[in-house]
Amino acid sequence: MIDLSHLRADFPILHQQVNGQPLVYFDNAASSQKPRAVINSLVHYYEKDNANVHRGLHALSNRATDAFELARDKVARFIGASSPDELIFTRGTTESINLVANIWASEFLKPGDIILYTGMEHHSNLVPWQLAAQKSGASVKHIPVLEDGTLDLENIDALLTDQVKLFTCVHVSNSLGTINPVKELCDKSRALGITTLIDGAQVVGHMPVNVQDIGCDFYVFSGHKMCAPTGIGGLYGRAEVLAKMPPWHGGGEMINLVTLETSTYKAAPARFEAGTPDIAGVIGLGAAIDYLETIGIDRIHEHGAALTRYAMQRLTELPGIRILGPAMADRGSLTAFHLACAHPHDLVEFANTHGLALRGGHHCTQPLMKRFQIPGSSRASFYFYNTTTEIDRMMEILHRAVTFFS
Amino acid sequence: MPLSEDLRELYQKVILDHSRSPRNQGQFSTDSCVHIHSDNPSCGDEIDLYIRFNEDGSISDIKFEGQGCAISQASASMMTEKVKGIPRQEVLQMIQDLQHTVLGNGEVPNSETLGELQLLKGIQKFPQRIKCALLGWRGLERALSSAKLTLQA
Repeated sequence: MIDLSHLRADFPILHQQVNGQPLVYFDNAASSQKPRAVINSLVHYYEKDNANVHRGLHALSNRATDAFELARDKVARFIGASSPDELIFTRGTTESINLVANIWASEFLKPGDIILYTGMEHHSNLVPWQLAAQKSGASVKHIPVLEDGTLDLENIDALLTDQVKLFTCVHVSNSLGTINPVKELCDKSRALGITTLIDGAQVVGHMPVNVQDIGCDFYVFSGHKMCAPTGIGGLYGRAEVLAKMPPWHGGGEMINLVTLETSTYKAAPARFEAGTPDIAGVIGLGAAIDYLETIGIDRIHEHGAALTRYAMQRLTELPGIRILGPAMADRGSLTAFHLACAHPHDLVEFANTHGLALRGGHHCTQPLMKRFQIPGSSRASFYFYNTTTEIDRMMEILHRAVTFFS
Repeated sequence: MPLSEDLRELYQKVILDHSRSPRNQGQFSTDSCVHIHSDNPSCGDEIDLYIRFNEDGSISDIKFEGQGCAISQASASMMTEKVKGIPRQEVLQMIQDLQHTVLGNGEVPNSETLGELQLLKGIQKFPQRIKCALLGWRGLERALSSAKLTLQA
């Protein structure tokens, strides 16, 4: 396993005690920690360059605008978009999906159309589509999940028909760690003229992504799961698709001409970015990408997958454990499990008193918990700054928990 | 790495015993009892209470079914042992006293009437878990008000 432990020095937050024990932070799938480089980029912006973007003619506004648009270039390149104009800044994955489920859907969904998603989607990739279906008269269908935590694609041709208008799928499941075959599914969809949206919340900044290679129409992600601040994220939209979409919020920045009667609108991305954006957040996102690229995204993915394999192998030591998700060697960097002796909330509480941050509950995937007939699960999710020593520490704590609760 | 005092206070032996072997589990046929369902949507804990009342409004028998964390299930189990045969007014007072206890709102008058339930006071230090401890009790409170309406009619 590659050793990236020297990078821990870049994360001030990791060096603290929680409940008298050294912090072990294994809740990265919920939100990652921030390196000093990102924190400093925010301080620098507010101390040196703070001004509104795109509309000033003074030095600070020009500097802020340059930094803002430079970050857009970086993000677009990072995910393999063909142009920065295909990258819209949003508050994160949830807002990106809602933008498409409102604006694209209002233009293209008709009664009788089908929206196809999967049984392992996060609530944020289910609820917006259910709302869109209610408004448009379309209906929703799903691809079932197999016992091993992969998608049941045996009957895919019966589900992915030309009645489907939109197909959406999570790239890496936040509850199972499954890497879904999104490229194949997007290929199939494209052949049938189906618009596609891929949820990359657990992917960008964790493994290499190329939206052109995947061949999706939309790709959505959050900054805060990849070392950037909270409140900033992105929506990639293929240029031809964005060009056919009406505006979202109305306001400054998204218009060309405004009269008292009517207005004309800019093209993407400005068309979808009304109002003053989260400038500092965007700059922080750019700084996060700079930081991640110094490590190398391939190495980050390799390390995360190796940590996950090690954790899954050690977790089998625990009596009464059920590990969710596929046994595949290449996985998202997380593992979720259920212990017969302890409810996830009790286990996570126990872990917390030992300084270990796990996540317990349904992970915003209630249909998936129902599918596996469990009330919830406990999840350990890793990032490049985590170590096998920390996993050993987790195992020591979990062994104690089993003794305590049995 | 010793176990913290707070953790021992939260998961007292009695509480763990109730969560492992819940008392009065099951249900009555719904035409012979008041059935109340309670849940905490944010954590998925659920309690279904089945309560039979005497003519004077006291609880003659009570059973529960549920799923969730040790705290929610143990508290409901302890509740079923505590409230049988107790006059409604006293049960309502007990619910208030218990709320004061787990919220840590200073001195609780008549705290001795809570008996074993006082063990739930360890939850004070775990504010996220208060709703777990009170889940079954909130259901009982609603059952008592609906039973009151039925009795008055």
